[in-house]
Amino acid sequence: MESYLPVIWAAIIGCAVAMYVILDGFDLGIGILFPFAESEHERDQMMNSVAPFWDGNETWLVLGGAGLMVAFPLAYSIILPSFYLPVIIMLLALVFRGVAFEFRWLGVSSKPHWTFAFAAGSTLAAFCQGVILGGLIEGIKVQNGAFAGGAFDWATPFAVVCGLGLVAGYALLGATWLIMKTEGKIAERARPTAKALLVVVLAFMAIVSLWTPLAFDRIAARWFSLPNILFLWWIPAATALVAFVAWRAIESGREALPFLATIALFLLSYLGLLISNFPYIVPPSLTIWQAAAAPATHVFMLMGTLVMLPIIFGYTIFVYWIFSGKLREGEGYH
Amino acid sequence: MELDPVLIARLQFAFTIIWHIIFPAFTIGLSAYVATLCVMWMRTGKEHYRELARFWTKIFAAAFAMGVVSGLVLTYQFGTNWSRYSAVLGNVVGPMIGYEVEVAFFLEATFLGVLLFGWERMPPWLHTLSAVAVAGGTLISAFWILSANSWMQTPVGFEMRDGVAYPLDWLDIVFSPSFPYRLAHMVNAAYLTTSFVVLAVGARYILAGEHLQHGQTMLRMAVGFAAVAAPLQLFIGDQHGLNTLKHQPTKIAAIEAHWDGGTPGELVLFAWPDETAETNRFAVTIPHGASLLLTHSWDGLFPGLKNFPANDRPPVLPPFFAFRAMVGIGLLMIVAGLTGAWLWWRGRLFSARWYLWPAQHAWWIGFVAVICGWIVTETGRQPWVAYGVFRTADAVSPVAAGSMMTTLVLFVLVYGVVGSIGLYFINRLIARGPRTPEIEPAITRAPTLAPQAGALAGIKPSSTPMSE
Repeated sequence: MESYLPVIWAAIIGCAVAMYVILDGFDLGIGILFPFAESEHERDQMMNSVAPFWDGNETWLVLGGAGLMVAFPLAYSIILPSFYLPVIIMLLALVFRGVAFEFRWLGVSSKPHWTFAFAAGSTLAAFCQGVILGGLIEGIKVQNGAFAGGAFDWATPFAVVCGLGLVAGYALLGATWLIMKTEGKIAERARPTAKALLVVVLAFMAIVSLWTPLAFDRIAARWFSLPNILFLWWIPAATALVAFVAWRAIESGREALPFLATIALFLLSYLGLLISNFPYIVPPSLTIWQAAAAPATHVFMLMGTLVMLPIIFGYTIFVYWIFSGKLREGEGYH
Repeated sequence: MELDPVLIARLQFAFTIIWHIIFPAFTIGLSAYVATLCVMWMRTGKEHYRELARFWTKIFAAAFAMGVVSGLVLTYQFGTNWSRYSAVLGNVVGPMIGYEVEVAFFLEATFLGVLLFGWERMPPWLHTLSAVAVAGGTLISAFWILSANSWMQTPVGFEMRDGVAYPLDWLDIVFSPSFPYRLAHMVNAAYLTTSFVVLAVGARYILAGEHLQHGQTMLRMAVGFAAVAAPLQLFIGDQHGLNTLKHQPTKIAAIEAHWDGGTPGELVLFAWPDETAETNRFAVTIPHGASLLLTHSWDGLFPGLKNFPANDRPPVLPPFFAFRAMVGIGLLMIVAGLTGAWLWWRGRLFSARWYLWPAQHAWWIGFVAVICGWIVTETGRQPWVAYGVFRTADAVSPVAAGSMMTTLVLFVLVYGVVGSIGLYFINRLIARGPRTPEIEPAITRAPTLAPQAGALAGIKPSSTPMSE
């Protein structure tokens, strides 16, 4: 039983991170698309389309961090110091874009500043998250169970590519969200934007998919050795299919399908990354078993999590349902 | 000059957590106040309760946004700045943080959206329920965070193996000896802090002669609450202090600036404690006062700082002065609460300008008391991060001091900008008042895609309260 606990916890945290990437992904994406809106009025509507949800969405990031601390304290204590600057810059960026949801409405003369803060904060946070992801895949220097690298170990070309890729990915989620949730000009203009972004995102996915097996032997072995390849070939195939569905859905005027297909695209990429790196939680030195917390801690937290996660899913769905349907012009509470 | 990473990490944490605690202290109280107003509106059907609830909800939203983003920072600082803390104590402290997120944080953050955006869309009972959910969420949040902090103050229910803490008894860990006192003290402090903000806003409106009905309601509610909660806080604080004496004698010795455990403690009203000379300069004291308060006997003895080796003592100045500021504000709040209650009883609450004028300017005193209280308890715990178990100096991350200094500067800049603008905006919302007509057009939904709005509401999207 005890050897399964880390696997269960890795699954829970993996789930929380996936929830975060998708949910906060689309509202960060709205911020990334802010500079491309035609007017402040359009930006108001874009912001209002995500305003009831962003707080709850961002909480998945808190769960990801807290969950890592609870379940894999050693990984938490290695990963965060090693990405010290990108993590803190991401948090500060999230501070700016988070308060912009309130502050942008409260002053007329200062509104452009908070428009900028929202756009820049969202973009920077997304970029930092991609950099952290890329740096994690590349690996962390560990000695005696602690981070032993330098302050800028994460600053590599691969990490920058991942950062840019995630910015594009979140923007795609945001654009397809707008197709689904808004009406009129915003929704119309979101379609060509989404198409262009889809191409960019697919390009980044291709680069990362080629780069990782070429640069890291363990990832090449994972995918291309027998019999693994017999079980894994469907993932790239499914990705291509989903990309095609997304493209057609955007073109053919479907409302919700582009967003759903983008989510599927994200989940497939995420699955690919997990397969590349399992069972490492700190590649390439610590597995989930080596980094795991005490079994008593895992069990105590698991009891509550098994009760709470369904409840959280329940009321999250309830709130999305309350605010389902299209956002009309001028809708907001300010 | 060589930068000391421990010092910078501590400065950074002190700064971010002091900035953060302002908002929970306010939002714990304010969410409860909004929920109360919603319930009053439903029970009485009086429109000004709804207007007040809506007014305070906007202020709540601004404060909550700042609380969320600064709280998120803290969740990650345990790793970025205090990774050894997480590696060594994570097994024990981690679940409290985890439960806080799962049980409370999600609840608050998710239902806040409903509370903010649901005014025209939901029936009053559901809206009130959302307000209660948010208020309950903030309260549960306080439960878990204070549980984690209390364990660090009075660690029990664990064992150390190979330098790592392992849990033995979760009930002991969650309900550590100082936890009930700390929880009661902090939650009451949050409510009290908020009541003085409400009091100040009510007084401001009455003095300005505008929003009179709203102002009077706020004043009555705030005064009524403070008259009960402020004296109660003195009692809780006293009990908390006795508990601290039992479990953290070094903290009490520092608070009282009590050096010599062999003599009865003097109540030091003012002094400049000198840590190198191990004595108090310029002391104004009441002989036997501290013994009387802490041991309830004239000649009672309690440990002094000299009873402990110098490297196990906390710094004396921060707990000593912060404690006096906190208690001073607490006493002021008792006077203000009781005076207000007396004026109310005499029917002069709304006309006594000598009372309203200072009240209007006293909105900040609760925040200062809360911050001082945390300075007392956190600096008083030093040099330990988990009292008697794990030293703060051993808890810091292997991160270059330069990185920490850089981010400290960034935090000061960003929080400074965000905090001052937030304060400015909240003040503007207050100046605008609860009755100003909405600038934004009324909320409407696309009828085809939102049948549930009507189905849920079962009423016209109006502001009429619905009683069963």
